[in-house]
Amino acid sequence: MWPLISTRSAVGDALGGWPPPVLDPAGPYANPLATLSWVLFGGAGLVFLVVLAALWIALFGTAARKEKLGGTRAIWIGGVAFPVVVLSVLLVWGLSMTGSLTAPIRGDEMRVKVTGEMWWWRIAYLGADGGAVLHDANELHIPVGRPVVLELESADVIHNFWVPRLSGKLDMIPGRTNIMRIQADAPGVFGGQCAEYCGGPHALMGFVVVAHHSEDFARLMTARRANIRPPAPAHPDLARGAQLFGSAGCAACHRVAGTGANGAAGPDLSYVGSRQTLGAGILPNNRGTLMGWIGNSQAIKPGNRMPPYSMLSSDDLRALAVYLEAQR
Amino acid sequence: MNPEKGLDPAVYERLPRPGERPEGELDELNRIWAAPTGIAKLTAVNNNYVGVWYVATAFLFFILAGVLALAMRAQLALPLQGILPQETYNQFFTMHGTIMMFLFAVPIMEALGVLLLPQMLAARDLPFPRLSAYAFWAYFVGGLCFFASLFFGLAPNGGWFMYPPLTSTTYSPGINADFWLLGIGFIEISAIAGAIEIIVGVLRTRAPGMSLREMPIFAWGMLVFAGMIVIAFPAVILGTLLLELERALNWPFFDPTRGGDPALWQHLFWFFGHPEVYIIFLPASALVSMMLPALARTRLVGHNLIVLAFLATGFISFGVWSHHMFATGMPALSVGFFSAASMAVSVPAGIQVFSWIATFACGKPVFNTPTLFVIGGLVTFVIGGLTGVMVALVPFDWQVHDTHFIVAHLHYVLIGGAVFPLFAVFYYWMGMTSRRALSERMGKWIFWLMFLGMQVIFLPMHLTGLMGMPRRVYTYMPGRDFEITNMISTIGAFIFATGVLLFVIELARNFRFTVEDDAGNVYKGGTLEWLPTGLYSTRSIPLVRSRYPLWDDPNICKDVEEGRYFLPNAPTGHRETLITSPIRATPEYIQIMPGPSLWPFLSAIFTAGFFVIMTVQAYGVAVFSGVLAILCVLRWMWDTDRPVAVEHVDIGAGIALPTYVTGSRTHGWWAMIILLIVIGMIFLMAVFSYLYLYGIPPEFWIKPADRRWLFPIVALYALAALLAWLGRHVLTRKRVSTWAPSALLLWGMVAAAAAFVIDFVTWRTTRITGETSGQGAIVHALLALQGCLVAILALMGGFLAARTARALVTKPRNNTFDLITLFTLYLAGQGAASALLTRLVPGGL
Repeated sequence: MWPLISTRSAVGDALGGWPPPVLDPAGPYANPLATLSWVLFGGAGLVFLVVLAALWIALFGTAARKEKLGGTRAIWIGGVAFPVVVLSVLLVWGLSMTGSLTAPIRGDEMRVKVTGEMWWWRIAYLGADGGAVLHDANELHIPVGRPVVLELESADVIHNFWVPRLSGKLDMIPGRTNIMRIQADAPGVFGGQCAEYCGGPHALMGFVVVAHHSEDFARLMTARRANIRPPAPAHPDLARGAQLFGSAGCAACHRVAGTGANGAAGPDLSYVGSRQTLGAGILPNNRGTLMGWIGNSQAIKPGNRMPPYSMLSSDDLRALAVYLEAQR
Repeated sequence: MNPEKGLDPAVYERLPRPGERPEGELDELNRIWAAPTGIAKLTAVNNNYVGVWYVATAFLFFILAGVLALAMRAQLALPLQGILPQETYNQFFTMHGTIMMFLFAVPIMEALGVLLLPQMLAARDLPFPRLSAYAFWAYFVGGLCFFASLFFGLAPNGGWFMYPPLTSTTYSPGINADFWLLGIGFIEISAIAGAIEIIVGVLRTRAPGMSLREMPIFAWGMLVFAGMIVIAFPAVILGTLLLELERALNWPFFDPTRGGDPALWQHLFWFFGHPEVYIIFLPASALVSMMLPALARTRLVGHNLIVLAFLATGFISFGVWSHHMFATGMPALSVGFFSAASMAVSVPAGIQVFSWIATFACGKPVFNTPTLFVIGGLVTFVIGGLTGVMVALVPFDWQVHDTHFIVAHLHYVLIGGAVFPLFAVFYYWMGMTSRRALSERMGKWIFWLMFLGMQVIFLPMHLTGLMGMPRRVYTYMPGRDFEITNMISTIGAFIFATGVLLFVIELARNFRFTVEDDAGNVYKGGTLEWLPTGLYSTRSIPLVRSRYPLWDDPNICKDVEEGRYFLPNAPTGHRETLITSPIRATPEYIQIMPGPSLWPFLSAIFTAGFFVIMTVQAYGVAVFSGVLAILCVLRWMWDTDRPVAVEHVDIGAGIALPTYVTGSRTHGWWAMIILLIVIGMIFLMAVFSYLYLYGIPPEFWIKPADRRWLFPIVALYALAALLAWLGRHVLTRKRVSTWAPSALLLWGMVAAAAAFVIDFVTWRTTRITGETSGQGAIVHALLALQGCLVAILALMGGFLAARTARALVTKPRNNTFDLITLFTLYLAGQGAASALLTRLVPGGL
């Protein structure tokens, strides 16, 4: 069970709030934002102290000091001249940063289409011609050190794609494609979450981005595109799980590459066994959580589109979980 | 006479007039202005009554929305709690935002305007007391019904911003969203009614001599506030109308699969939604500037700069709406513009903050409760302003947008900029409406609990946001480190709530409503609201010579009370006030004011009823209620515009004024023009929506209805305008029958209606319907708008005919006739513009 524990702690680190991910950037599209944040916090703190000092003098200062402050000159300096200068500088800096972060890049980057759905993420890796070459859900794999272009879309309502350690956030609006760039400078797992209220369990719509060394990433993609799976450990329940996946109705909504299961309504489960999380970035992925999710996901994430399967016995649930664990 | 010539300098010499006023004048005033007693008190329209009810109701909604916030904070104290289930939480946060914005913040500012403005301007009342009463009752009944939706689990759950498609029927099939869309309907009506009242009141009912230079700063703030409502609210009125049409009739304004666009809603909503923040902040900051001189015992430093800051804020605030949309992927150029404007708006805020600091520096501040709330508000607001500058920087906003950082920011701005100033206001002006003042000792406890509570809730919340916690989440997973800051925020919420609770107890202990024997000028203010008053407001209306008349003329209170200034009596035997010119406040005429009446009350009940019953889809009953509302309004209007027997009266100092005037200088004309600006803004927003959708996917647009019909449509509208103008012209002629002018105007209405029918029918013959596409939807929306105006015109036609038959249309001039003519002219213009737009603009196709 060691791998299980290490997986959980990796997810914990990825999704945890300390150090604050906004201030702990991990790539060139987030680094300037953290620098900007620190400058803004420092500057705002300074300005606040100056205002407090002025207020203090106004209330408790000596008569001479108060007299200096008590006229329209103070208003012109403090209320007009100072903000105009500071804000102009900030504006120029902010706009040039906006420009450099949204500037088009070479055009031959890896492209991934991410579609927000109520309340999970559909992921399609795109080939050179723009067609989807690989489908997945709720977990995005990227190579380290290369910019990745994300085409953000929505299948229903407005969602928002946000991985604070890799980039700022961007809306996913029905009828539009918004372009976002991310890049990770080192391998790791980065937590993300939907940041636009999308109804019901909006609070429980997360995901992770996993950054790999280029060689590892290439290996992973090649294997998955050729549908070469790591050998699954033999388990007596495996065959029954596979059979149940069809007979219990799972395949109507879910796809498992290389099998007859081709449902498109729910998340693609071809690699669910290797995922760090379940339920769209909310639970650690292990046999227990898998069984619990299948049995009654409504108790975990109320309002999600998957009905409870209370008619399945715990043996059935375990068999399904074993089968899904093998999908890596 | 040139109305803006200012007062004859000799008048200043003559007033106050020495000597005693005749016996019985005061009794006469008391008799005329007496409020009804018993249950009939509900029909009172005096601002001393309506204003206090209005403030009290708004405060009630503050408490109710605050209770929702407490429940939400309890739910978020720890991860995965079950105090509020998901759906309940989603309804709670939607209602918290909606109530705080629509049922507390805007109404309480209007309420304070109704309560304080007449006193500050030394008018006997606002110019349309029955309109105030109507606005209040529609708000009271509608607001409580809206709130009650929570108890049935039917409260809206789409967020106070109601973004489609989440709020379209596909994803929100229940009537929850309709509660929001229709529930906001009556708030919009009462906000507009209040804005008209305030603009006309500030510009036309000031005491003689109170030129714009001497006008109290609160009146300036309210003027800009009301102007902003007139410009901003039409956007949300149109937005809610379109979304309700999409939901009820399947017209796809916001559906991208049929040529609509969800971003259109965001533009309409935020064009209203951001100015809304300044709509709340401006009056509150104006109140601070109003109290500060008394609290610091000196005159306001930078009075003119503050007025400039108000105007600048009002102007710039309409250029910042898209900063709520930085994360939608907007083009870089517009991002730059909105970012710059969002920063620029902090300059006028800075001016006000430094004016307050300079005023404190000039004076000798007394550390009483209102002073503490003012200082606490200032400090809190500055923090909110600084984080506001941060989020105006686009790259920073990409990180913190829609996180708890924004929740913290907006509460710093609104609590510091509006709530703390309001509590200062409650203390400062309590002496005007209560027999007892509030306790200072308790006040300090309340202040410190609220101030510290506020910081404990919202300071750590910035960090919660940076740690990655989004807004509008009903729970969060364990192990994400949010627990600590969330728990601190929740503890702060209960500290804050304790302060508010103590204040409520304090109200129960010491607030004793009164109109006559109030506690008075506890904090020693220098402005006119502290003149001795009765039900009739001040005994006589003073001549104003400075910004702080009570400080500059120690005898003024006595002289006013002894009736030594203007209008110490009721010469016409009715309620009356002085209408003065807008810039220099030269007396122009005496307005005869309406007294208590059942009709505005009933109109309001049925208006609110219409919207609420509509929501629960009992359409028959709703329409019945709507018809009753219209009948009550007509009945109410029937009594208005009646000349009195006395044509001229002496108001004192040798000035004789007419009691009935017509034309462009009347308060009624001004109100109609403002109303037409509101309707015009709604139309302009519809034109914007039309052009916006036209710019989306052109493949959805088809050839418009036959252009040949444009000629008869435009010609008929022109004929309507001509006949209306002619009718008003003929009215002035001596030798025409009673019916001739009205007949001309009525034929003009027929022409306008015919033009509309042709426009409508020729669109119906095309294959496009409201459901077809974005084009069909917006064309039909424009037709529907015009149709509503035509229906109102028909009502006006019937009203005019009835008044003509009863010989109530006076010659040579008549206000009712004037106002209906104005409306007809506007309608003809809008109808022609609408027909031209929908048929000519898809010309490139």
